[in-house]
Amino acid sequence: MLSATPRPALAPALLRFRRSHEFWLLAVILALSLALSLATDSFLTLQNLFDLLTSNAFVGILASGLLVVLIAGGIDISFTATASVAQYVALTIGIRHGLGWFALFALAGAVGVLCGLINAIFITKLRISSIIVSIATLNIFYGLLIVATGGKYITSLPKFFRDGISWFEHDDANGVPYALNLQILVLVLAFVAAWLLLNRTNVGRQIYALGGNKDAAQRLGFHVLRLNILVYGYLGFVAGIASLVQAQLAQSVTPTVLVGKELDVLAAVVLGGASLTGGVGTVFGAILGVALLAILQNGLVLVGVSSYWNQWFVGLTILCAVSITAWSDRRRRAAKAIN
Amino acid sequence: MANFLDVHAISKHFGGVVALRDVDLSLRAGEVHCLVGENGSGKSTLIKIISGVLRPEPGGRIVIEGREYPHLNPVQSTACGIQVIYQDLSLFPNLTVAENISIAGHLGAPRLVNWRALRATAEAAMARIGASLDPDARVEDLSIANRQLVAICRAMAADARLVIMDEPTASLTRHEVDALVRLVADLKRAGICIVFVSHRLDEVMEIAERVTVLRDGAKVGEFPAREMDDKKLATLMTGKAFAYQTYATDFAASRTVLSVSRLTRTGQYQDISLDIRAGEIVGLTGLLGSGRTEFALSLFGMNRPTSGEIRLDGKPLALKTNAQAIEEGIAYVSEDRLNLGLVLEQPISSNILVTVLDKLPNRLGLVPERTRQRTARKWIEDLAIKAPNPDSAVRTLSGGNQQRVVLAKWMATQPKLLILDSPTVGVDIAAKDGIYEVVRALAAKGVAILLISDEIPEVFYHAHRVLVMRRGRLAGECIPHASSEEKLQAMVDA
Amino acid sequence: MLSLVLLALVGIFWLLLGDQIFGIGALQSMAFQLPELGILSLAMMVTLLSGGLNLSIIATANLCALTMAWVLTTHVPGAHGLMWGGWQVIALLAGVAVAATIGLINGFVIAYLGVSPILATLGTMTMCKGLSIGMTRGNVISGFPEPIVFLGNGTLLGVPVALLIFLALCVPMAVLLNKSPFGHKVYMIGSSEKATRYSGVDTKRVLLGVYVLSSLLAFVAALVMMARFNSANAAYGESYLLVTILAAVLGGVDPFGGFGKVGGLIMALILLQVISSAFNLLDFSPFLTLAIWGALIIAVTALGVVLENFGASRR
Repeated sequence: MLSATPRPALAPALLRFRRSHEFWLLAVILALSLALSLATDSFLTLQNLFDLLTSNAFVGILASGLLVVLIAGGIDISFTATASVAQYVALTIGIRHGLGWFALFALAGAVGVLCGLINAIFITKLRISSIIVSIATLNIFYGLLIVATGGKYITSLPKFFRDGISWFEHDDANGVPYALNLQILVLVLAFVAAWLLLNRTNVGRQIYALGGNKDAAQRLGFHVLRLNILVYGYLGFVAGIASLVQAQLAQSVTPTVLVGKELDVLAAVVLGGASLTGGVGTVFGAILGVALLAILQNGLVLVGVSSYWNQWFVGLTILCAVSITAWSDRRRRAAKAIN
Repeated sequence: MANFLDVHAISKHFGGVVALRDVDLSLRAGEVHCLVGENGSGKSTLIKIISGVLRPEPGGRIVIEGREYPHLNPVQSTACGIQVIYQDLSLFPNLTVAENISIAGHLGAPRLVNWRALRATAEAAMARIGASLDPDARVEDLSIANRQLVAICRAMAADARLVIMDEPTASLTRHEVDALVRLVADLKRAGICIVFVSHRLDEVMEIAERVTVLRDGAKVGEFPAREMDDKKLATLMTGKAFAYQTYATDFAASRTVLSVSRLTRTGQYQDISLDIRAGEIVGLTGLLGSGRTEFALSLFGMNRPTSGEIRLDGKPLALKTNAQAIEEGIAYVSEDRLNLGLVLEQPISSNILVTVLDKLPNRLGLVPERTRQRTARKWIEDLAIKAPNPDSAVRTLSGGNQQRVVLAKWMATQPKLLILDSPTVGVDIAAKDGIYEVVRALAAKGVAILLISDEIPEVFYHAHRVLVMRRGRLAGECIPHASSEEKLQAMVDA
Repeated sequence: MLSLVLLALVGIFWLLLGDQIFGIGALQSMAFQLPELGILSLAMMVTLLSGGLNLSIIATANLCALTMAWVLTTHVPGAHGLMWGGWQVIALLAGVAVAATIGLINGFVIAYLGVSPILATLGTMTMCKGLSIGMTRGNVISGFPEPIVFLGNGTLLGVPVALLIFLALCVPMAVLLNKSPFGHKVYMIGSSEKATRYSGVDTKRVLLGVYVLSSLLAFVAALVMMARFNSANAAYGESYLLVTILAAVLGGVDPFGGFGKVGGLIMALILLQVISSAFNLLDFSPFLTLAIWGALIIAVTALGVVLENFGASRR
């Protein structure tokens, strides 16, 4: 007979963590960081880490949204096109009508949601794999954007936007000021939001269930269509938000520069333990995945490897990581089969 | 005792097909009831109507505890306390035991999860039936029996008054079936009505009270369980009378085709030694978990044994792949026809030829279309497969015909040894006979046959010798002609 | 049904553009452009048939092209006589070697390690692109010897050599898929790898072969592309990825595997080429063309679903 314990005992939980994907990822990141801090002085500095956070915020925010879609068992690689559209529309209208922070983000988010909804409808209603649908919508959104805008930049952004935010200013030993900027703020908020959604709301648990066993979810009365609309809409919304964060960092809007990064985001989320089949993945894992790729690329630059080789290292890491994961999965399943 | 649920005059059409015809059913609270019928008898349709997934034709009535409904939807059905546990259990493997049990709590308006309450609900449900599972374990790590417990707990957590279980004992060991039966007895005492949808009554007979038999969408009748046995049931379900006879043949003069000595695979089976002669059908039975399929896969080259020897026609074999086994003359009909036995979406002809693709090419290395068609047609004829068009997907065939396609593809490899693993699962009783005829004809040609099955009658009436496996070892042998079904059953249950 | 659509479109475009699109010059121009896309589509198709996907075909093609280009530009110019021809052959062999290696990596990771094809080919795609950029720093390598350029720009009896190469590939591909044991196995695996494996087929080896074949086809595409442009670069043809999938889906290839024919693919390619040329003549921006390709995939599959439902409801 079971005794009613209010929370799980610590030891089994720790044991579960030790065997988890996230543990190994963390170990790799720590090892990599250690190696880098020994190889070069410029890695483990506040400035470097701060820059790392800021420059990878865009990918990180997107990763938090893509994670939700992957957990639900879907996939979407059109979000960079969504981001490009949201960025352009929000800032064009925002400049013309003198909109403020809230209105800008709301507008970008709304455009993103709209694009996400289009994806959701196509993916749930058509009998082709979601990756092909999203390859198609990526080209539709992106193509139409460039045709409509002629590929023009927007460089004259409003001053408040260009200044961004700068909370909790703090000067370090050398007098260099650090403050919480827009990128880091939104990055943190994005991950917190994803975590809350996935771990604290019933809707988030329904998303996990849907990804784990779609048929069972349907039988139990889960509203599958609504859930799909929610996850793709969420990713669209996050893409809209991320696009403004990126525009603020770049201090301009370039419609052609975001598309192409979608596979980086996918790689990060998958490295973090999310599976393409659904039902698996954690926010912590996604954070680690983004961190690993960021530290890797940063490390390469600091160590003096030409940036032209950057992509090759990333590709190699992805290939090794997915291979090791798949191979250890196979071994685990074979071991279970014997018993 | 009042009836918990009554359905009157329930009918259901799908286009031109009549799935249910004027069916009545009554279920009492605290009763264990069996609903039996073949594929196409309408039993799953009836279940879906009771659980609210489907609506009956106008004119039918559903009465639950006195309240009448013309039809139900899933929400109403659940609210009335009706829970269905499907054969695949419909659990979420990536979630924990606790979350699976309390999953219904996630439905409804968006809100925060109360993890404490969720855990409490799960623990209460587990306490109610005396299950001691780790609430934080992932369901995918559990055994099938434990997963079934989770499914039952889930039904309990939803305040079930009527629990319908679809083929619950199909994947359980004897031990686990006993545990399930005890659990059902507890639920019964608590006033919950249990319906088993199954035709394997042996285990649940002890506890079932009434049996309702459906055939071709109509109710054949309702009978007290203690008057039922497999043969009567078969006759009622199919409307036909079957002749059962055992075989007596002396194989001392035939050559030994398969000779296995002390075959062992740690953790699965141990010290298996057996011989099969040409033309002999040797049955292998035992409870689930006894290691039969693992042993069969070892013979087929897909499960390397740790020690021991396999000889085919005297030649020792060290099988590394199933392709090698096939080359030597061993064929294996898997128990999982739909996922492992056939490629459902592909044409019948492709399925028949898949095992001999490397044998058909001409000098250029190509397989001319004419050869394909001719070969496929030959096998379709030989096995009397009812397939008007050999290029239509195998999915379109009935279970019996599908199994004939499977047999065709293996016969095409001209095996010396044919291993059949539960060959008539999902095949209608009337079609089963046809399959056995094919097998007997094959044996008459000199092929050695290993017939593995859960169903005692299947091995008893179709094998010359029956071997019983228990917990990985051979526990005994039975010659049907000189024994009885009951004795064999006793050997298996011992 | 596809042929009707083709006929209809041909009619519309003829009315709109007349001689511009169907004159000899235009047809020839189409005939020059089609082969690259066609060969790449074959490369994509064979992996789709097996139930997978190959996102790395363009990156593989570019890497092969750059490898060959490097050999051609560093060793051929100074060579004479037999060596002049010899170095070109070596260049081709180098390209084949690169393609085969990538194909083996893809095949091994997908078939033997069990990695999802999307992830595996994403990884190799990134690696190939990374290698290409790393080696060339994004620069273009150009200036190839006559015989190579002829492959991309020459004609034989008025028909572009490149087109002949494509058609010459289609025939063995069709034969391979429809008539060889390998082809039959690919289709079966595409529908159910497990059941095919239980029937004694060495599915791992077949899948390895599929991805190697896909990469080798990418090599031929690379040759044709670099010949036509007389240059090679890490980022050529990236928009082709979408179009190869479109051509496959349009041509009747089931994106989940198991069904599809070369003949259907060819019809789809002709259709797409006609549309593409028409767009060109109508001065459509290449981005608009991209958007239309995307919309076309959606439209075609939506039509398929509608027809399926219509057929089902009539029964």
